[in-house]
Amino acid sequence: MPHTTAFARNQWYVAAYSHEVGRDLLGRTILGEPLVFYRTEDDGTAVALHDRCVHRRFPLSESRLDGDRIVCGYHGFTYDTTGTCVYVPGQKRIPRTARVASYPVVEQDALVWVWIGDPALADPQVIPRAPHLASPGWVTVSGMEPIDADYGLLVDNLLDLSHETYLHGGYIGSPEVAETPITTEVDEGAGVVRVSRHMGDAECPPFYAKSTGIQGRITRWQDIEYHAPCLYLLHSRIAPVGVLPEEDGSDPNGFHTEITYAITPSSDGKVYDFWAVSRDWATDDAEVTEFLRGNNHTVVMQDVDALNLLQKTLGSERGGYQELSINIDTGGLAARRILARLVEEGAKPVERVQ
Amino acid sequence: MTAPTGEVYRIDWLPGTDVLHGTCHCGREHTSQDPIEMWEWMLAHPSGHAVDEAQGADA
Repeated sequence: MPHTTAFARNQWYVAAYSHEVGRDLLGRTILGEPLVFYRTEDDGTAVALHDRCVHRRFPLSESRLDGDRIVCGYHGFTYDTTGTCVYVPGQKRIPRTARVASYPVVEQDALVWVWIGDPALADPQVIPRAPHLASPGWVTVSGMEPIDADYGLLVDNLLDLSHETYLHGGYIGSPEVAETPITTEVDEGAGVVRVSRHMGDAECPPFYAKSTGIQGRITRWQDIEYHAPCLYLLHSRIAPVGVLPEEDGSDPNGFHTEITYAITPSSDGKVYDFWAVSRDWATDDAEVTEFLRGNNHTVVMQDVDALNLLQKTLGSERGGYQELSINIDTGGLAARRILARLVEEGAKPVERVQ
Repeated sequence: MTAPTGEVYRIDWLPGTDVLHGTCHCGREHTSQDPIEMWEWMLAHPSGHAVDEAQGADA
């Protein structure tokens, strides 16, 4: 049995970066639902439909667009942007049941969000923001890696950064990360977990030493904001040791980097790991951009390899194995609990006011 | 969902120790060396919150 965390329905999930959705059909499986994405010709709106033709289940993502309609690549069943079938071959009557589901989509902060659940409950106002991904003055490098691991393992990984010291040593890890106590806050109703680790005097890992040019030791702050279930923000501040923000709140001598992850469950035991590193410093320096892109990709692949291995290992365990949690897991445990609540809420039938 | 509710639980890992110091959204405090036990206490609110544990009952 694969190790799995149940899916939380009636939630928004990142399906793609905006630049991935265009006039080529894009297939993504989210919470076990195969979806096809594209952009309309007229106004460029992103569309999400169920990715199976009603006729013989052929993947629409392996088909083609005719204007804003998808023409199934097998027998030509044709769907409009609402998922309604508008053409079937050889006959005039189109069966009433000939339609595929369409999904609410919101494009915000260079991300394409899709609602998985009851469309009537989809409220775009609750989508958490990551404005640095699309704001002037910020430069972002990004990517997406599919991982053959339960999404809960990626949540665990990101909520406990002490692993940086061991898994990412020589890149973003330094001894102080694992050694420094954390503060954990949970906003229950908002479904947000915050984990902070402020290192006053730490080694500068190569990721920051080579990109910022700081020589010597640093003050390093890591402030995590996890908006369950999908969006993870790591607000990173580094500065030469002892250099703090000014009393008026300005911080001219600090380097601020926003590390964004979207954790999108694909199917059981599989997750999409969207990652981005945004900075508002050295924004014109292409060499820094390429260094951060390559270095962070390496870091992400270290996680991918570790989680692929962990998933395989957990799958071969006998049932009822034990874990041991210690102080570093305080935030991860909070995230697991919030996810369990969201799973439960998403599984409940919804009462509607008529 | 991003709107804060004001119902915030906080756990500080006290520097230089293995002790976790928790503050429930109701203001009650608790200390523990086990994050699982800490969350159980926190989420049992208001059960088990009657005794003022500001001194650290099981630290």
